[in-house]
Amino acid sequence: MFLKKIALAGAISLMGSTAFAACSYENTTPVKSLSAGFEAWKAVTDAMAECGNFQAELDQEFRTKQPAAFEANPSLYQIGGVSNGTITPLLNAGTIRPLDDLVEKYGQNLKPNQLIRINGQIMAVAMMVNTQHLMYRSDVLADLGIETPSTWDEVLAASAKIKEAGVMEYPLGATLKSGWNLAQDFNNMYAGFGGKFFNDDNTAAVNSEAGIKSLEMMKAMTEYTDPEVLVSDSTYVQQQFQQGKIAMANLWASRAGAMDDEAESQVVGKVAMSAAPKAMEGGVPATTLWWDGIVIAKNISDEEADAAFRLAMEGLDSEMVKSANDAAIWLVDGYAPTDIAKGAIETATANPAPPAYPSTTQMGLLHSALGNELPAFFTGERSAEATLEAITEAYTTSAKEAGVLK
Amino acid sequence: MKFKTFAAFVGPSVFMMLLFIAAPLVSVFIQSFQVTQPILEQIEVETCTPGFVTQTCTTEIKTVPVLDDSGKTVTETRWVGLQSYRNVLQMEKFWSAVGNGDWNAIMQIDFWKALRFTLSFTLLTLPLVIGVGLAIALAVNNATRAIRGPIIFISLLPFIITPVIGSLSIYWLFVGDGILTAMLERWSGTNISMFAQAWTIELLMYFYRVWHVAPFAFVIFYAGLQTVNMDTLESAVIDGASRWERLRHVIVPHLMPLIIFIALIHLMDCYRVFEEIVGFRSQAHVISLQWLTYDFMTPDDAGNRAISRASASAMLTMVGIVFLLILPLRRTWRDHKGSAH
Repeated sequence: MFLKKIALAGAISLMGSTAFAACSYENTTPVKSLSAGFEAWKAVTDAMAECGNFQAELDQEFRTKQPAAFEANPSLYQIGGVSNGTITPLLNAGTIRPLDDLVEKYGQNLKPNQLIRINGQIMAVAMMVNTQHLMYRSDVLADLGIETPSTWDEVLAASAKIKEAGVMEYPLGATLKSGWNLAQDFNNMYAGFGGKFFNDDNTAAVNSEAGIKSLEMMKAMTEYTDPEVLVSDSTYVQQQFQQGKIAMANLWASRAGAMDDEAESQVVGKVAMSAAPKAMEGGVPATTLWWDGIVIAKNISDEEADAAFRLAMEGLDSEMVKSANDAAIWLVDGYAPTDIAKGAIETATANPAPPAYPSTTQMGLLHSALGNELPAFFTGERSAEATLEAITEAYTTSAKEAGVLK
Repeated sequence: MKFKTFAAFVGPSVFMMLLFIAAPLVSVFIQSFQVTQPILEQIEVETCTPGFVTQTCTTEIKTVPVLDDSGKTVTETRWVGLQSYRNVLQMEKFWSAVGNGDWNAIMQIDFWKALRFTLSFTLLTLPLVIGVGLAIALAVNNATRAIRGPIIFISLLPFIITPVIGSLSIYWLFVGDGILTAMLERWSGTNISMFAQAWTIELLMYFYRVWHVAPFAFVIFYAGLQTVNMDTLESAVIDGASRWERLRHVIVPHLMPLIIFIALIHLMDCYRVFEEIVGFRSQAHVISLQWLTYDFMTPDDAGNRAISRASASAMLTMVGIVFLLILPLRRTWRDHKGSAH
């Protein structure tokens, strides 16, 4: 009996000590966060939750909730998860606070690269970079003696070869779901052709030679993609890969880990990553660079902000990265890139490097205009020139309504 | 009934209707003539964003809203007359396309594209819903009493399913290598892509809506069938009327008020078609008026939403419903007046 009690007490004390090892302190201020719902955020918020008094909301619709939730006083969340696209409304409305003093107090382990500075002030702390890059079936390409494509022309040639060899009917996957995804793929290609999105007076500049070339290249892609490509989003392409239906796709780096997930994937170990293909010789990889990170709300007390930031730092420590190494291309200290990260790192460090996705009000408007007007080109109802003209018109209308254009 | 009693019964519901229907409607009506914009300024901003190893800092002129002392965005509301309606309708483009007789060009304008689909969806499903509903009602009415209960239960099932969930299930059944597509492919030996072109998507939408709403028509008709005057039916039989003649001359006239009722409800519901668009992800091929309003309302990554155009589009949808309802409503009104005499 006595022995049993001793053993039990020992076990409990052991459990207790591991719990304390996971978090270096005990959080006493209630903290809530709102972020996107992908794997990396799950890892980070789980790590934060170990300190107690923390509630995480992982929601793919966070981008529509966040601006209003942070505008409330007091703010409904202390911590927000953002990317360079979704930080714009928060910055514009001034609902997030500068973090300089908090970084000084708790951010000893942060690398200077992680600090997002706007006019010298730290407004966000980045935890990972994300980009779209080429994922391909190394076995299929090797069987047919195809070298890893580095330009879109080579991707198309490789697709033709795979199709001719009868290995796959639709060798290419693409995130061309009408709306946000399709627009983003255009942005990537357009950046690859060296296009610029806006003129100095905020008018749209997509109706250009680079625009035409991008559309032609994307149309050429659809020859090798599933006919239902206009409904295919990242998850759909990921599943096509996992089920061995496609051999190549320009897909988000955050999806790479799923290829080796044995519970879902039939192609474990067969999918390799390389840099995003270039649209033209000597150009940048046809993609845009994204970061994801945290911001702290402005409409909360300083004590809450202090507690929230301290908690966030606990979530972004190297211990978390070690336990979820392959969930993202982490910027956090302690990250050891594996094969899965090769493509994304090659893309991000390419010279010349792809541009970061612009976080501006205009870009949001243009992105919507692209998403709404591009489908007509791919269904064949409209020519490339007419489509680019329609995009410019749609942008002008909404920019005037938003007050960006007079 | 004393007026006081009447008012006590009706008062709360009138109040609720004013608060939750009339007031928002008035506010949307007003907003459709206004534009609210933040006051913007152009400032030079230096932004540093991370690469994998080092940061890149860019300095650019950014257009950002002005904030007041309390940290709120300063906005300005202007009356713009019919500008938002013009932006939605794009009449100039419409007339020039009509002038050229170019149907394709008209279908490139979002509003007209949406209107075309919404109208054909509403008007094509209407006779189908009434026909199928009546057919099920007649079948059940003629079935043996013992199996009537289970049949009613099963025929009602589609109506219980939440529309978004129902349309998603159809989407999953048919998309890519969905179960049904795979079966059809094996059977026909060709590759079938139901979501690759507009007409197959529309066909699925019609099918889905009829499948979903027919049970509602069925229940109403079935109830109506219980009140058909048996004497009239029997005398029709004695007069040698065939089954079809009995249906045409006795049952359908008897059910006419119900048919009008279902037509009314169906027109109102269908003109607001939305779930099918979202569930089938058909934005590339097919859009509806309600979806257009929703799309204007949805903020983009930078937080912009086109409230004015959304209001205008919502008002136009309402006008459209009123137009559609005039015909059946006039008939009910006439019947109502006729019976009062």
